[in-house]
Amino acid sequence: MEKRIGIEASIAIAEAVGLCDADVVAAYPITPQTHIVEHLSEMVADGHLDAAFVPVESEHSAMSVCCGTSAAGARTFTATSSQGLALMHEILYIASALRLPIVMSVANRAISGPINIWNDHSDVMVERDVGWVQIFCENGQEAVDLTIWAFRLAEDPRVSLPIMVNFDGFIVSHMVEPLFMPDREMVKAFLPPFKPLQRLDIDNPISMGPVGIPDIFTEAKQVQQHLLTQAYQPIVETLGEFAKVFKRQYKPVETYRGDDADVLLLTMGAIGETAMTAVDQRRAKGDKVGLVRLRLWRPFPFEDLFRALGRIPVLGVIDRCISFGGPVGPVACEVKGALYGRKDHPLVVEFVAGLGGRDVTVTDFDKMFDALFEAKRSGKVPAPVLVGLRE
Amino acid sequence: MAYQNARPKWTELAVGTAVTCPGSSRATKTGDWRSARPVWTNEHCVKCGVCVIFCPEGCIQFQADGYPTADLDYCKGCGICPHECPTGCIRMQDEVE
Repeated sequence: MEKRIGIEASIAIAEAVGLCDADVVAAYPITPQTHIVEHLSEMVADGHLDAAFVPVESEHSAMSVCCGTSAAGARTFTATSSQGLALMHEILYIASALRLPIVMSVANRAISGPINIWNDHSDVMVERDVGWVQIFCENGQEAVDLTIWAFRLAEDPRVSLPIMVNFDGFIVSHMVEPLFMPDREMVKAFLPPFKPLQRLDIDNPISMGPVGIPDIFTEAKQVQQHLLTQAYQPIVETLGEFAKVFKRQYKPVETYRGDDADVLLLTMGAIGETAMTAVDQRRAKGDKVGLVRLRLWRPFPFEDLFRALGRIPVLGVIDRCISFGGPVGPVACEVKGALYGRKDHPLVVEFVAGLGGRDVTVTDFDKMFDALFEAKRSGKVPAPVLVGLRE
Repeated sequence: MAYQNARPKWTELAVGTAVTCPGSSRATKTGDWRSARPVWTNEHCVKCGVCVIFCPEGCIQFQADGYPTADLDYCKGCGICPHECPTGCIRMQDEVE
Protein backbone atom coordinates (compact mmCIF):
# COMPACT_ATOMS: atom_id res chain seq x y z
CA MET A 1 0.00 0.00 0.00
CA GLU A 2 1.16 3.49 -0.77
CA LYS A 3 1.23 5.97 2.07
CA ARG A 4 0.53 9.63 1.49
CA ILE A 5 3.13 11.60 3.38
CA GLY A 6 4.52 15.11 3.50
CA ILE A 7 8.10 14.93 2.30
CA GLU A 8 10.67 17.04 0.51
CA ALA A 9 10.90 15.93 -3.11
CA SER A 10 14.68 15.43 -2.97
CA ILE A 11 14.39 13.11 0.03
CA ALA A 12 11.54 11.25 -1.66
CA ILE A 13 13.63 10.81 -4.83
CA ALA A 14 16.50 9.38 -2.77
CA GLU A 15 14.06 7.02 -1.04
CA ALA A 16 12.73 5.98 -4.46
CA VAL A 17 16.27 5.14 -5.59
CA GLY A 18 16.54 3.04 -2.44
CA LEU A 19 13.29 1.24 -3.28
CA CYS A 20 14.81 0.43 -6.67
CA ASP A 21 17.79 -1.20 -4.92
CA ALA A 22 20.46 0.74 -6.77
CA ASP A 23 23.82 -1.00 -6.49
CA VAL A 24 25.98 2.08 -6.97
CA VAL A 25 25.51 5.79 -6.35
CA ALA A 26 28.38 7.95 -7.60
CA ALA A 27 27.66 11.63 -7.27
CA TYR A 28 29.07 14.99 -6.36
CA PRO A 29 26.86 17.37 -4.40
CA ILE A 30 25.75 20.55 -6.14
CA THR A 31 22.94 22.93 -5.32
CA PRO A 32 20.00 22.28 -5.74
CA GLN A 33 20.54 18.51 -6.10
CA THR A 34 22.45 18.25 -2.79
CA HIS A 35 19.69 16.77 -0.61
CA ILE A 36 19.29 13.77 -2.92
CA VAL A 37 22.96 12.86 -2.69
CA GLU A 38 23.20 13.63 1.02
CA HIS A 39 20.21 11.45 1.80
CA LEU A 40 21.48 8.56 -0.32
CA SER A 41 24.83 8.83 1.43
CA GLU A 42 23.04 8.55 4.78
CA MET A 43 20.94 5.62 3.61
CA VAL A 44 24.06 3.70 2.59
CA ALA A 45 25.98 4.69 5.76
CA ASP A 46 23.05 3.68 7.99
CA GLY A 47 22.68 0.33 6.23
CA HIS A 48 19.25 1.11 4.78
CA LEU A 49 20.54 0.74 1.22
CA ASP A 50 22.96 -2.02 0.25
CA ALA A 51 24.89 -0.01 -2.31
CA ALA A 52 28.35 1.36 -2.94
CA PHE A 53 28.34 5.13 -2.46
CA VAL A 54 31.28 6.64 -4.33
CA PRO A 55 32.09 10.18 -3.13
CA VAL A 56 33.91 11.39 -6.21
CA GLU A 57 35.92 14.61 -6.59
CA SER A 58 33.95 16.00 -9.53
CA GLU A 59 30.97 15.37 -11.78
CA HIS A 60 33.32 14.30 -14.56
CA SER A 61 34.45 11.53 -12.25
CA ALA A 62 30.89 10.84 -11.11
CA MET A 63 29.75 10.07 -14.64
CA SER A 64 32.96 8.14 -15.35
CA VAL A 65 32.38 5.94 -12.29
CA CYS A 66 28.78 5.45 -13.39
CA CYS A 67 29.95 4.25 -16.80
CA GLY A 68 32.33 1.79 -15.19
CA THR A 69 29.87 0.36 -12.68
CA SER A 70 27.04 0.17 -15.19
CA ALA A 71 29.37 -1.64 -17.60
CA ALA A 72 30.15 -4.08 -14.79
CA GLY A 73 26.42 -4.81 -14.50
CA ALA A 74 25.52 -2.70 -11.46
CA ARG A 75 22.28 -0.72 -11.26
CA THR A 76 23.70 2.79 -11.20
CA PHE A 77 22.26 6.14 -10.14
CA THR A 78 23.62 9.66 -10.04
CA ALA A 79 22.23 13.15 -9.72
CA THR A 80 23.48 16.56 -10.71
CA SER A 81 22.58 20.06 -11.76
CA SER A 82 23.80 23.03 -13.79
CA GLN A 83 27.62 23.36 -13.79
CA GLY A 84 27.84 19.74 -12.65
CA LEU A 85 25.89 18.55 -15.67
CA ALA A 86 28.14 20.68 -17.86
CA LEU A 87 31.22 19.06 -16.31
CA MET A 88 29.76 15.62 -17.11
CA HIS A 89 29.15 16.61 -20.70
CA GLU A 90 31.79 14.61 -22.55
CA ILE A 91 31.11 11.43 -20.57
CA LEU A 92 27.37 11.64 -21.23
CA TYR A 93 28.06 10.76 -24.87
CA ILE A 94 30.11 7.74 -23.77
CA ALA A 95 27.31 6.42 -21.56
CA SER A 96 24.78 6.45 -24.40
CA ALA A 97 27.19 5.16 -27.05
CA LEU A 98 28.09 2.21 -24.81
CA ARG A 99 24.36 1.68 -24.05
CA LEU A 100 24.76 1.93 -20.30
CA PRO A 101 21.36 2.26 -18.57
CA ILE A 102 22.36 4.85 -15.97
CA VAL A 103 19.57 6.79 -14.27
CA MET A 104 20.33 10.43 -13.47
CA SER A 105 18.26 13.02 -11.63
CA VAL A 106 18.82 16.54 -12.92
CA ALA A 107 17.58 19.35 -10.65
CA ASN A 108 17.45 21.94 -13.41
CA ARG A 109 19.33 25.15 -12.68
CA ALA A 110 20.74 28.04 -14.68
CA ILE A 111 24.27 27.94 -16.03
CA SER A 112 26.50 30.78 -14.85
CA GLY A 113 27.41 33.60 -15.51
CA PRO A 114 26.54 35.72 -13.84
CA ILE A 115 26.69 33.17 -11.06
CA ASN A 116 23.21 31.88 -10.45
CA ILE A 117 22.04 28.87 -8.46
CA TRP A 118 18.36 29.21 -9.30
CA ASN A 119 16.04 27.37 -11.61
CA ASP A 120 15.76 27.39 -15.37
CA HIS A 121 16.46 24.85 -18.12
CA SER A 122 19.70 26.17 -19.57
CA ASP A 123 21.68 23.27 -18.07
CA VAL A 124 19.73 20.49 -19.76
CA MET A 125 19.03 22.23 -23.07
CA VAL A 126 22.71 22.14 -24.03
CA GLU A 127 22.68 18.38 -23.40
CA ARG A 128 19.97 17.81 -25.99
CA ASP A 129 22.12 15.75 -28.34
CA VAL A 130 23.94 13.43 -25.92
CA GLY A 131 21.82 10.42 -26.89
CA TRP A 132 20.03 10.02 -23.55
CA VAL A 133 16.31 9.59 -22.95
CA GLN A 134 15.18 12.89 -21.37
CA ILE A 135 11.94 13.45 -19.51
CA PHE A 136 10.56 16.36 -17.46
CA CYS A 137 8.57 16.35 -14.21
CA GLU A 138 6.19 19.00 -12.89
CA ASN A 139 6.16 18.12 -9.18
CA GLY A 140 7.63 15.85 -6.52
CA GLN A 141 5.18 13.02 -7.12
CA GLU A 142 6.16 12.90 -10.77
CA ALA A 143 9.86 13.06 -9.88
CA VAL A 144 9.47 10.06 -7.55
CA ASP A 145 7.35 8.10 -10.00
CA LEU A 146 9.47 8.81 -13.05
CA THR A 147 12.67 7.96 -11.16
CA ILE A 148 11.30 4.49 -10.45
CA TRP A 149 10.02 4.22 -14.01
CA ALA A 150 13.38 5.42 -15.36
CA PHE A 151 15.18 2.29 -14.12
CA ARG A 152 12.59 0.09 -15.82
CA LEU A 153 12.80 1.97 -19.11
CA ALA A 154 16.60 2.34 -19.16
CA GLU A 155 17.12 -1.36 -18.43
CA ASP A 156 14.53 -2.53 -20.96
CA PRO A 157 16.64 -4.67 -23.34
CA ARG A 158 15.01 -2.92 -26.33
CA VAL A 159 16.34 0.38 -24.99
CA SER A 160 19.41 -0.11 -22.76
CA LEU A 161 20.17 3.61 -22.77
CA PRO A 162 20.82 6.14 -20.02
CA ILE A 163 18.03 8.48 -18.93
CA MET A 164 17.83 11.95 -17.39
CA VAL A 165 14.89 12.68 -15.13
CA ASN A 166 14.57 16.48 -15.11
CA PHE A 167 12.75 18.49 -12.47
CA ASP A 168 13.03 22.15 -11.59
CA GLY A 169 15.68 23.00 -9.01
CA PHE A 170 14.26 24.36 -5.72
CA ILE A 171 10.76 24.75 -7.20
CA VAL A 172 10.41 20.96 -7.17
CA SER A 173 13.58 19.65 -5.50
CA HIS A 174 13.14 21.56 -2.24
CA MET A 175 9.35 21.54 -2.06
CA VAL A 176 7.80 19.65 0.84
CA GLU A 177 4.62 18.29 -0.67
CA PRO A 178 2.11 15.58 0.12
CA LEU A 179 2.83 12.64 -2.15
CA PHE A 180 2.10 8.95 -2.42
CA MET A 181 5.28 7.12 -1.55
CA PRO A 182 5.38 3.76 -3.35
CA ASP A 183 6.17 0.75 -1.18
CA ARG A 184 8.82 -1.88 -1.79
CA GLU A 185 6.39 -4.60 -2.93
CA MET A 186 4.90 -2.38 -5.63
CA VAL A 187 8.32 -1.36 -6.90
CA LYS A 188 9.33 -5.02 -6.93
CA ALA A 189 6.26 -5.88 -8.99
CA PHE A 190 7.12 -3.15 -11.49
CA LEU A 191 10.90 -3.30 -11.70
CA PRO A 192 12.53 -6.66 -12.51
CA PRO A 193 16.17 -7.32 -11.54
CA PHE A 194 18.74 -5.65 -13.82
CA LYS A 195 19.85 -7.98 -16.61
CA PRO A 196 22.41 -6.07 -18.68
CA LEU A 197 22.67 -6.77 -22.41
CA GLN A 198 26.37 -7.35 -21.86
CA ARG A 199 28.80 -6.62 -19.07
CA LEU A 200 32.45 -6.67 -18.20
CA ASP A 201 33.06 -10.25 -17.11
CA ILE A 202 36.48 -11.88 -16.80
CA ASP A 203 35.05 -15.25 -17.84
CA ASN A 204 33.64 -13.77 -21.06
CA PRO A 205 35.98 -10.90 -21.89
CA ILE A 206 34.83 -8.04 -24.13
CA SER A 207 36.24 -4.58 -24.75
CA MET A 208 33.74 -1.76 -24.24
CA GLY A 209 34.51 1.63 -25.70
CA PRO A 210 37.10 0.77 -28.36
CA VAL A 211 38.06 3.16 -31.14
CA GLY A 212 35.41 3.76 -33.83
CA ILE A 213 37.33 4.30 -37.03
CA PRO A 214 35.83 6.44 -39.84
CA ASP A 215 34.64 3.25 -41.51
CA ILE A 216 32.48 2.33 -38.46
CA PHE A 217 31.53 5.70 -36.92
CA THR A 218 28.62 6.59 -39.23
CA GLU A 219 27.06 3.17 -38.64
CA ALA A 220 27.57 3.51 -34.88
CA LYS A 221 25.76 6.89 -34.89
CA GLN A 222 22.88 5.42 -36.92
CA VAL A 223 22.50 2.71 -34.25
CA GLN A 224 22.12 5.44 -31.60
CA GLN A 225 19.66 7.42 -33.70
CA HIS A 226 17.62 4.28 -34.34
CA LEU A 227 17.64 3.12 -30.72
CA LEU A 228 16.64 6.46 -29.23
CA THR A 229 13.88 6.97 -31.81
CA GLN A 230 12.62 3.42 -31.33
CA ALA A 231 12.67 3.88 -27.55
CA TYR A 232 9.36 5.70 -27.97
CA GLN A 233 7.27 2.50 -28.01
CA PRO A 234 8.90 0.99 -24.89
CA ILE A 235 8.46 4.38 -23.19
CA VAL A 236 4.71 4.38 -23.81
CA GLU A 237 4.41 0.71 -22.87
CA THR A 238 6.35 1.01 -19.62
CA LEU A 239 4.44 4.16 -18.63
CA GLY A 240 1.30 2.03 -19.14
CA GLU A 241 2.79 -0.71 -16.97
CA PHE A 242 3.58 1.92 -14.35
CA ALA A 243 -0.05 3.07 -14.39
CA LYS A 244 -1.25 -0.50 -13.86
CA VAL A 245 0.81 -0.92 -10.70
CA PHE A 246 0.75 2.61 -9.27
CA LYS A 247 -2.52 3.99 -10.75
CA ARG A 248 -0.83 7.11 -12.07
CA GLN A 249 -0.66 7.54 -15.84
CA TYR A 250 1.97 9.66 -17.53
CA LYS A 251 2.15 10.46 -21.23
CA PRO A 252 4.85 11.87 -23.53
CA VAL A 253 2.70 14.95 -24.12
CA GLU A 254 -0.11 16.00 -21.81
CA THR A 255 -2.79 18.60 -22.32
CA TYR A 256 -4.97 20.70 -20.06
CA ARG A 257 -8.33 22.02 -21.25
CA GLY A 258 -6.99 22.02 -24.79
CA ASP A 259 -9.83 20.33 -26.68
CA ASP A 260 -11.91 23.34 -27.72
CA ALA A 261 -9.18 25.95 -27.18
CA ASP A 262 -8.66 28.98 -29.44
CA VAL A 263 -5.03 29.35 -28.38
CA LEU A 264 -2.61 26.92 -26.73
CA LEU A 265 0.49 27.45 -24.63
CA LEU A 266 3.27 24.85 -24.44
CA THR A 267 5.20 24.41 -21.18
CA MET A 268 7.84 22.07 -19.82
CA GLY A 269 8.35 21.31 -16.15
CA ALA A 270 6.91 22.89 -13.03
CA ILE A 271 5.57 26.10 -14.57
CA GLY A 272 2.88 23.90 -16.12
CA GLU A 273 1.19 23.85 -12.71
CA THR A 274 0.96 27.64 -12.39
CA ALA A 275 -0.12 27.74 -16.01
CA MET A 276 -3.06 25.45 -15.20
CA THR A 277 -4.24 27.94 -12.57
CA ALA A 278 -3.93 30.71 -15.15
CA VAL A 279 -5.93 28.65 -17.67
CA ASP A 280 -8.69 28.07 -15.11
CA GLN A 281 -8.92 31.81 -14.41
CA ARG A 282 -9.10 32.71 -18.11
CA ARG A 283 -11.62 29.97 -18.77
CA ALA A 284 -13.77 31.39 -15.94
CA LYS A 285 -13.80 34.65 -17.90
CA GLY A 286 -14.88 32.80 -21.04
CA ASP A 287 -11.52 32.78 -22.86
CA LYS A 288 -10.83 29.43 -24.52
CA VAL A 289 -7.21 28.85 -23.58
CA GLY A 290 -5.45 25.56 -23.00
CA LEU A 291 -2.10 23.97 -22.27
CA VAL A 292 0.22 21.49 -23.94
CA ARG A 293 2.75 20.09 -21.49
CA LEU A 294 5.75 18.53 -23.17
CA ARG A 295 6.95 15.80 -20.83
CA LEU A 296 9.19 13.73 -23.09
CA TRP A 297 12.03 15.70 -24.68
CA ARG A 298 14.11 12.86 -26.14
CA PRO A 299 13.01 10.97 -28.12
CA PHE A 300 10.94 13.92 -29.33
CA PRO A 301 7.27 12.86 -29.37
CA PHE A 302 6.32 14.26 -32.80
CA GLU A 303 2.99 12.46 -33.25
CA ASP A 304 1.82 13.16 -29.69
CA LEU A 305 2.57 16.84 -30.22
CA PHE A 306 0.65 16.94 -33.51
CA ARG A 307 -2.33 15.22 -31.85
CA ALA A 308 -2.23 17.65 -28.93
CA LEU A 309 -2.13 20.66 -31.24
CA GLY A 310 -4.90 19.48 -33.55
CA ARG A 311 -5.78 22.40 -35.81
CA ILE A 312 -5.01 25.11 -33.28
CA PRO A 313 -4.33 28.43 -35.07
CA VAL A 314 -1.93 29.95 -32.50
CA LEU A 315 0.56 28.24 -30.23
CA GLY A 316 2.74 29.92 -27.62
CA VAL A 317 5.95 28.12 -26.61
CA ILE A 318 7.66 28.95 -23.34
CA ASP A 319 11.41 28.42 -23.16
CA ARG A 320 13.38 28.48 -19.92
CA CYS A 321 16.61 29.09 -21.79
CA ILE A 322 18.06 31.26 -24.54
CA SER A 323 20.02 30.08 -27.56
CA PHE A 324 22.11 33.24 -27.94
CA GLY A 325 22.40 34.68 -31.39
CA GLY A 326 20.27 31.89 -32.75
CA PRO A 327 16.60 31.01 -32.76
CA VAL A 328 16.17 32.37 -29.17
CA GLY A 329 14.23 29.48 -27.67
CA PRO A 330 15.51 25.92 -28.13
CA VAL A 331 12.12 24.33 -27.45
CA ALA A 332 10.31 26.73 -29.79
CA CYS A 333 12.95 26.00 -32.41
CA GLU A 334 12.30 22.25 -32.11
CA VAL A 335 8.53 22.71 -32.17
CA LYS A 336 8.72 24.89 -35.26
CA GLY A 337 11.05 22.38 -36.88
CA ALA A 338 8.57 19.61 -36.14
CA LEU A 339 5.75 21.65 -37.71
CA TYR A 340 7.72 22.57 -40.85
CA GLY A 341 5.88 21.56 -44.00
CA ARG A 342 2.70 20.52 -42.17
CA LYS A 343 -0.56 21.83 -43.57
CA ASP A 344 -2.39 24.42 -41.45
CA HIS A 345 0.38 24.64 -38.90
CA PRO A 346 -0.21 27.19 -36.13
CA LEU A 347 1.47 30.56 -35.77
CA VAL A 348 4.14 30.00 -33.13
CA VAL A 349 4.72 32.79 -30.61
CA GLU A 350 7.93 32.46 -28.61
CA PHE A 351 8.28 33.35 -24.95
CA VAL A 352 11.36 33.09 -22.75
CA ALA A 353 10.39 33.06 -19.10
CA GLY A 354 11.69 32.18 -15.66
CA LEU A 355 15.40 32.57 -16.33
CA GLY A 356 17.71 32.02 -13.38
CA GLY A 357 14.93 31.72 -10.82
CA ARG A 358 12.69 34.63 -11.96
CA ASP A 359 9.13 33.73 -10.89
CA VAL A 360 6.58 33.09 -13.61
CA THR A 361 3.27 34.17 -12.13
CA VAL A 362 -0.38 33.77 -13.13
CA THR A 363 -0.27 37.42 -14.22
CA ASP A 364 2.67 36.60 -16.52
CA PHE A 365 0.67 33.78 -18.10
CA ASP A 366 -2.28 36.16 -18.48
CA LYS A 367 -0.11 38.52 -20.53
CA MET A 368 1.14 35.63 -22.63
CA PHE A 369 -2.43 34.56 -23.37
CA ASP A 370 -3.20 38.19 -24.32
CA ALA A 371 -0.29 38.10 -26.78
CA LEU A 372 -1.59 34.82 -28.25
CA PHE A 373 -5.08 36.29 -28.78
CA GLU A 374 -3.50 39.36 -30.38
CA ALA A 375 -1.52 37.11 -32.76
CA LYS A 376 -4.73 35.25 -33.59
CA ARG A 377 -6.56 38.51 -34.30
CA SER A 378 -3.80 40.14 -36.34
CA GLY A 379 -2.34 37.00 -37.94
CA LYS A 380 1.09 38.38 -37.09
CA VAL A 381 3.79 36.73 -34.99
CA PRO A 382 5.55 39.12 -32.60
CA ALA A 383 9.31 38.96 -31.99
CA PRO A 384 10.28 36.54 -29.20
CA VAL A 385 9.21 37.94 -25.84
CA LEU A 386 11.40 37.91 -22.71
CA VAL A 387 8.66 37.73 -20.12
CA GLY A 388 9.02 40.31 -17.34
CA LEU A 389 12.00 42.06 -18.92
CA ARG A 390 12.44 45.62 -17.58
CA GLU A 391 12.76 47.98 -20.53
CA MET B 1 38.50 -6.98 -36.81
CA ALA B 2 35.88 -7.90 -34.33
CA TYR B 3 33.42 -8.35 -37.15
CA GLN B 4 33.07 -11.26 -39.55
CA ASN B 5 32.41 -8.74 -42.25
CA ALA B 6 35.18 -6.12 -42.17
CA ARG B 7 32.70 -3.45 -43.34
CA PRO B 8 29.55 -4.28 -41.36
CA LYS B 9 26.14 -2.68 -41.93
CA TRP B 10 24.80 -0.62 -39.05
CA THR B 11 22.45 -3.47 -38.16
CA GLU B 12 25.44 -5.78 -37.77
CA LEU B 13 27.37 -3.78 -35.17
CA ALA B 14 27.92 -5.31 -31.72
CA VAL B 15 26.04 -3.75 -28.78
CA GLY B 16 27.74 -0.43 -28.00
CA THR B 17 30.32 -1.30 -30.72
CA ALA B 18 32.02 -3.53 -28.17
CA VAL B 19 34.81 -5.85 -29.26
CA THR B 20 33.23 -9.13 -28.32
CA CYS B 21 36.13 -11.53 -28.84
CA PRO B 22 39.58 -11.10 -27.31
CA GLY B 23 42.70 -10.89 -29.47
CA SER B 24 41.23 -8.63 -32.15
CA SER B 25 44.52 -6.70 -32.39
CA ARG B 26 46.09 -9.78 -33.92
CA ALA B 27 43.70 -9.54 -36.86
CA THR B 28 43.93 -5.75 -37.18
CA LYS B 29 47.29 -4.69 -38.61
CA THR B 30 48.02 -1.10 -37.65
CA GLY B 31 51.44 -0.57 -39.20
CA ASP B 32 50.16 0.76 -42.49
CA TRP B 33 50.34 4.47 -41.61
CA ARG B 34 54.11 4.32 -41.05
CA SER B 35 56.20 6.69 -43.20
CA ALA B 36 59.61 5.32 -42.12
CA ARG B 37 60.84 2.03 -40.67
CA PRO B 38 63.65 1.28 -38.19
CA VAL B 39 66.59 -0.63 -39.63
CA TRP B 40 69.25 -2.22 -37.38
CA THR B 41 72.97 -2.49 -38.14
CA ASN B 42 73.70 -5.61 -36.13
CA GLU B 43 77.50 -5.15 -36.13
CA HIS B 44 77.02 -2.15 -33.80
CA CYS B 45 74.19 -3.64 -31.70
CA VAL B 46 75.09 -4.79 -28.17
CA LYS B 47 71.69 -6.47 -27.59
CA CYS B 48 71.04 -4.19 -24.60
CA GLY B 49 67.26 -4.18 -25.18
CA VAL B 50 66.73 -0.44 -24.70
CA CYS B 51 64.78 -0.34 -27.98
CA VAL B 52 62.63 -3.29 -26.82
CA ILE B 53 61.77 -1.45 -23.59
CA PHE B 54 61.18 1.98 -25.11
CA CYS B 55 59.02 0.90 -28.06
CA PRO B 56 55.56 2.34 -27.23
CA GLU B 57 53.89 -0.29 -29.41
CA GLY B 58 55.73 -3.19 -27.79
CA CYS B 59 56.44 -4.39 -31.31
CA ILE B 60 60.24 -4.79 -30.98
CA GLN B 61 61.35 -8.27 -29.91
CA PHE B 62 64.60 -10.23 -29.74
CA GLN B 63 64.97 -12.76 -32.53
CA ALA B 64 66.48 -16.26 -32.16
CA ASP B 65 69.98 -14.82 -32.87
CA GLY B 66 69.61 -12.39 -29.97
CA TYR B 67 69.30 -9.22 -32.11
CA PRO B 68 66.13 -7.09 -31.85
CA THR B 69 63.82 -6.27 -34.74
CA ALA B 70 60.45 -4.56 -35.18
CA ASP B 71 57.21 -6.29 -36.19
CA LEU B 72 56.32 -4.12 -39.17
CA ASP B 73 52.65 -5.18 -39.01
CA TYR B 74 52.39 -2.92 -35.94
CA CYS B 75 55.41 -0.53 -36.03
CA LYS B 76 54.15 3.06 -36.52
CA GLY B 77 57.59 4.42 -37.42
CA CYS B 78 57.65 6.82 -34.45
CA GLY B 79 61.46 6.90 -34.34
CA ILE B 80 61.81 6.47 -30.58
CA CYS B 81 64.07 3.38 -30.95
CA PRO B 82 66.85 5.18 -32.91
CA HIS B 83 66.55 8.14 -30.54
CA GLU B 84 67.09 5.94 -27.49
CA CYS B 85 69.63 3.44 -28.93
CA PRO B 86 72.93 3.96 -26.96
CA THR B 87 75.13 2.72 -29.82
CA GLY B 88 73.28 4.48 -32.66
CA CYS B 89 72.82 1.22 -34.56
CA ILE B 90 69.21 1.97 -35.60
CA ARG B 91 68.32 4.33 -38.44
CA MET B 92 64.95 5.28 -39.91
CA GLN B 93 64.56 4.38 -43.57
CA ASP B 94 61.79 6.14 -45.52
CA GLU B 95 59.00 3.91 -46.75
CA VAL B 96 58.82 4.15 -50.52
CA GLU B 97 55.58 3.36 -52.31
